[in-house]
Amino acid sequence: MNFDPLAAILLIPALAAALLAVLPGYGPTARLNVVAAFATFAVALSLFVTRPSPGLYLHVDDLNNVFIVLTTFVGFTTSVFSASYIRHELETGRLTSTFLRFYHAMYQLLMFAMNLALTANNIGLMWVAIELATLTTVLMVGIYRTHEALEAAWKYFILGSVGIALALFGTILVYMAARPVIGEGLDAMVWTTLAARAADFDPALLNVAFVFLLLGYGTKVGLAPLHAWLPDAHAEGPTPISAVLSGLLLNVALYALLRFKMLLALNPKAVAPGPLMVTMGLISLVFAAFMLYRRRDIKRMFAYSSIEHMGIIAFAFGMGGPLANFAGLLHMTMHSLTKSAIFFAVGHIAQAKGTQQIAHMGGLTATHPLLGWGLVLGVVAIAGLPPLGLFMSEFLVVTSTFAREPWLALVLVAGILIGVAALFLRLNAIAFGEPRGACAETKASYVPMFVHFALVFVAGIYMPPALVAWFQNVAKLLG
Amino acid sequence: MRGLTFDIAHLLAGSLVLVSFLQLYQDRLYALLNIFALHALLLALSVAWQAYAQNAPHLYLTAAIALIFKAIVIPVALHRIIVRLGIHREIEKAVGVGTAMLLGIGLVALAMVVMLRVTAEADPLAREDLAFALSVVLLGLLMMVTRRNAVSQVVGFMSLENGLVLAATGAKGMPLVVEISVAFSILIAFIVVGIFLFRIRERFDTVDLHALDRRRGERP
Repeated sequence: MNFDPLAAILLIPALAAALLAVLPGYGPTARLNVVAAFATFAVALSLFVTRPSPGLYLHVDDLNNVFIVLTTFVGFTTSVFSASYIRHELETGRLTSTFLRFYHAMYQLLMFAMNLALTANNIGLMWVAIELATLTTVLMVGIYRTHEALEAAWKYFILGSVGIALALFGTILVYMAARPVIGEGLDAMVWTTLAARAADFDPALLNVAFVFLLLGYGTKVGLAPLHAWLPDAHAEGPTPISAVLSGLLLNVALYALLRFKMLLALNPKAVAPGPLMVTMGLISLVFAAFMLYRRRDIKRMFAYSSIEHMGIIAFAFGMGGPLANFAGLLHMTMHSLTKSAIFFAVGHIAQAKGTQQIAHMGGLTATHPLLGWGLVLGVVAIAGLPPLGLFMSEFLVVTSTFAREPWLALVLVAGILIGVAALFLRLNAIAFGEPRGACAETKASYVPMFVHFALVFVAGIYMPPALVAWFQNVAKLLG
Repeated sequence: MRGLTFDIAHLLAGSLVLVSFLQLYQDRLYALLNIFALHALLLALSVAWQAYAQNAPHLYLTAAIALIFKAIVIPVALHRIIVRLGIHREIEKAVGVGTAMLLGIGLVALAMVVMLRVTAEADPLAREDLAFALSVVLLGLLMMVTRRNAVSQVVGFMSLENGLVLAATGAKGMPLVVEISVAFSILIAFIVVGIFLFRIRERFDTVDLHALDRRRGERP
């Protein structure tokens, strides 16, 4: 029997989810969670070497390969972080063992849904997968069952469902546009067929479809003004879920949007999707940058920072062209790694301090040196200071914009600077000065966090030529 | 025959929009549920008619799902939840009836203008269906926005999904995958919502979402 890596990256999380749903106890299940996540990552790496030919439902190409490897990697490191985080939650009694089983099963189910969304070669299947991912995260956000967690989960559920519904309408319209050209049936929903024939589609229908898809999947990306669910969902759920939401799920939704954008780019008569994405990206960036100043909750603050960065990424892809697309891809990768690492640090900090309120934190570099400096490093990275990876990607976005649309670049730079200032203002209060608030010992797992930072640091200094060539190739695909 | 097929499809889809308007101004939960059942029934008829017109037998399945699940099971279940929670009193609305109706009319006009213009090439049946479907979707959205009560938001969401099913069946030959997934997602969504409703009840003794709005984003 021959080995099919594509089936494996879907089957491993699915089987693990089923197993974790029935297995009791904490230690073995947490380890099984890590092992399953690692196995998925290992199989995903093998996709670089052997690539199965596209089928009616699943496919791998240069574009989604990047996303799959990133998703499975962060999924793996987050599962390591989650093991120590959840142990603490069990000890302090915030989570009961009944919910533990549920949590681990949901974690793997989410991995399954995201992998399915990324590998789907069918616009209908992709929609189903993103809906599944949304529902699992809704359940995870509400897992603490506090007043705030329920409110956050409800808001996320309602806004997410509306977004998903609009995306389905857009999907139906794309099918309507494809039907006269490709013919009825399954073929008219397959990415590879759609991309090959996109030039003949009815441009008016495609335009309207893209508006719905942008609003629908844009809600899931967290683009302003559709972002309202994002800060609540990040702040009230367990921190590993905040890390996965920010680092991965936003990317998956963005990936869906990019696929449809490619479709439009292939049709010469359709409206250029770029300006729409540029506008929403800039609004998100500037809005989130200002919102950063008023944050009192540390997880909520970094949630707004995610909106800001998704804005930058959407902006870069909206600008289009090989250089801006390259910058967008790089920024997305770096943001995933950095933001999830920051949430690893924040999760342990919140556990050590027993609160998420910034006012009750202070002097972390003195009381918890590793966590404190980890957070400092993370904020320096997310702010885009040299020589870290985000500096390079932001620099590329800004310079490529200056060359083409100087006025837009001014807004972009202003937004970035306003956001950076806000982050450092808060960081100063949290990391330095007199120690404030409770100060418990934590048994933190530092490895995932520093592995992420090391990767971001290395990428800022030296990018392997093979990776650069790969990204350039994908950037060309994106048009 | 062609003319009659078109007229009946038109009639059914148009009635769906009309019933969406009926939902907008209901101020009692029981009445709202009954109207929703009617909405789902009309959807089932409309889908069945499409199945006949397009000669696509698999659509009868979608119609059956709409009939059994949305027109019977869900309203009955929600009815029981309402009885159990004792919340059959008036629904709190965010905007008045007049404003909601005017907004609804505006949305339907928008849907017609947009869809009829861009689908000029498509066959008339699919065209009208799509325009009506978008109207139903937008009216469902409007209902979710104008209601504060959890149950009526869920009803708004489900009528929005009805609009999506109408659009999916109007698109000729769309694979069954999508229809079943839509039906299935409603099932999941319903379970989720059910759990949520009970948890909300457990903790705050109300399903009025206004009670959940205390925090407005940030703790002091």
